[in-house]
Amino acid sequence: MTFLLRRVAFYLFTAWAAVTINFFLPRLIPGDPVQSLIARAQGQLDTSAIKSLYILFGLDDEQSLISQYGRYLGQLFRGDLGLSFTFFPAPVSQVLADSLPWTLALVGITTIISFLLGTALGVLAGWRRGSWVDMVMPVTTFLSSIPYFWLGLIAITLLAGQGGPFPSSGGFDSGVVPSWDMDFVWSAVYHSLLPAITILISSMSGWVLSMRNMMLTVSTEDYITVAHAKGLSERRVMVSYAARNALLPNVSGFALSLGLIVGGTLLVEIVFSYPGVGFQLFTAVGAKDYPLIQGIFLVITLSVLVANLFADLIYLLLDPRTRKEG
Amino acid sequence: MPSADRTPILPPDVDPVGPPSGRRPRRQLRFLSNRKAMLGLAIFGFFCLLAVFGPMVTPYDPGQRGPDLLAGPSSTHWFGTTHLGQDMFSQMLDGSRSVMLVGLVAGVVATVLAVLIGVTSGYLSGLGSEGLSALSNVFLVIPALPLILIITLSLPDTDDLMIALVIGCTSWAWGARLLRAQTLSLRRRDYVEAARATGESTWRIIGFEILPNLTAVIAASFISTVIFAVLSEITLAFIGVPGVSEWNWGAILFWAQSQQALEQGAWWWFVPPGVAIALLGTGLALLNFGIDEYVNPRLRTGTHNVRGVRMRVGFTPVLRASGKDD
Repeated sequence: MTFLLRRVAFYLFTAWAAVTINFFLPRLIPGDPVQSLIARAQGQLDTSAIKSLYILFGLDDEQSLISQYGRYLGQLFRGDLGLSFTFFPAPVSQVLADSLPWTLALVGITTIISFLLGTALGVLAGWRRGSWVDMVMPVTTFLSSIPYFWLGLIAITLLAGQGGPFPSSGGFDSGVVPSWDMDFVWSAVYHSLLPAITILISSMSGWVLSMRNMMLTVSTEDYITVAHAKGLSERRVMVSYAARNALLPNVSGFALSLGLIVGGTLLVEIVFSYPGVGFQLFTAVGAKDYPLIQGIFLVITLSVLVANLFADLIYLLLDPRTRKEG
Repeated sequence: MPSADRTPILPPDVDPVGPPSGRRPRRQLRFLSNRKAMLGLAIFGFFCLLAVFGPMVTPYDPGQRGPDLLAGPSSTHWFGTTHLGQDMFSQMLDGSRSVMLVGLVAGVVATVLAVLIGVTSGYLSGLGSEGLSALSNVFLVIPALPLILIITLSLPDTDDLMIALVIGCTSWAWGARLLRAQTLSLRRRDYVEAARATGESTWRIIGFEILPNLTAVIAASFISTVIFAVLSEITLAFIGVPGVSEWNWGAILFWAQSQQALEQGAWWWFVPPGVAIALLGTGLALLNFGIDEYVNPRLRTGTHNVRGVRMRVGFTPVLRASGKDD
């Protein structure tokens, strides 16, 4: 239990750190943050947007930094992230509520599948060393060096577009209305197939590699030798003895590298014009929509923290030592 | 210092010193006998040369418009042209400098930070050490790409060097974590205890007893940071963050995407940058595998097959390498 409590405390601290970075970043820059944003937007902002920026930064009236900070935290707790420029006058929270489910479904599911599949391949690659499985290594190395979004571009050229079997953009057919009926769900799944495969191919190789290396390290341990000496079947030794122990570092690695993976997968959404958070980020950067970018940063960070907590729970189930502690 | 210091448990049949026959090459050079490392080094060197000399030998001015619009590769334009008739080959050569500069500067900054924070928090104990470790965990968990994005967008003006600094200052955490773990295991070794007993100062112990044994880990974390920095920077340019060099490979991809190169079938516009990025990434990854295998001989893909017990009738079962000395 103490393990879990410590982790929760750490995640709360991280969330606070992210919020604080968000608050202080625009204020650390010398000069008026709103003015510099206006200068950057090069006349694309109208007066109401400028006014909403002053309100967002708490600069509409004279206040000390501390009370500005307090007000900012209060706003966050009410879910108020300011107004978006691009979708003016829609609040940022509304834009995020529309796009987040898409991202959670696409990125969440593919990341888990990629981890499971990659780990399974890694177990095989580590155990059957010296056979054809070794061929997996150079291929995965090359694939993991490709930026996700570039692979997406290639996938569109080869498989979508004129005459291709897959749609090249969007989250669902323009003919169906978003709802929970079969037509819409099918259309959404169909549109997400190609982005999902892209993410799968480029994110899987990392897991293959780390699992393979852990398998190699574990396979020389004494208990593996003992298991062989007991005459257990090869399969049993591989799965219940080697893989079970090699899995632990991979699971904690999964939690730690989630932040990195999410960054890459958001880019895939841009290439496929998928209606998720990543695509909103792209439009926000193009329109210098600073409140939306800040909101996206917070939401992504919080989602990663929650995912981390789940990974910790799984770790707790897998590793008896952490349970014994409490 | 034998390399066995870093890998405390060596499998019995693996000779960490290399081939037993003939004169031993010098320790530093033995690393190069690894084919993967050699290939990786060659690729990395090629891109370094490209970054230095590439922009000087461009056949055309990369921004200069020409009469051939969106033409495929030919003898006059090796990599084809853009929608304005600009020469792709010149753009690629010109962009290589920005890519390599940002990657290397960010790598150096992040590695210096990682060594300072990781080794300090590993060697010292108490609250300071825990605090530094928590700090690196916070930076690990916060999604890197959105963080880099909001920092660069709130800076008043950005150029390649500034972006390199931002990437460097946000991506040291992984290396710091590795180095901390390694330092923790080193600091109770006998030779460190001996140095402490003879009254050496803390900084001398860290600098002369511990750091030399961390060389491989430091090199590996440097290389991974360079890979990460190159990918992040290209991603930033691809999203359209201002300040990145005009012909950075990511910027080329940004133009290819926004000018609908895909729909027009202009594959020569987006294939070369992607292949170049993948090649550079693969080279660096191979270099890292070389270091990994040098540090941990168990990972070598040789003929050794360490696991498995051979049962022989009439003899006590003995653990032996099936690879033998053939």
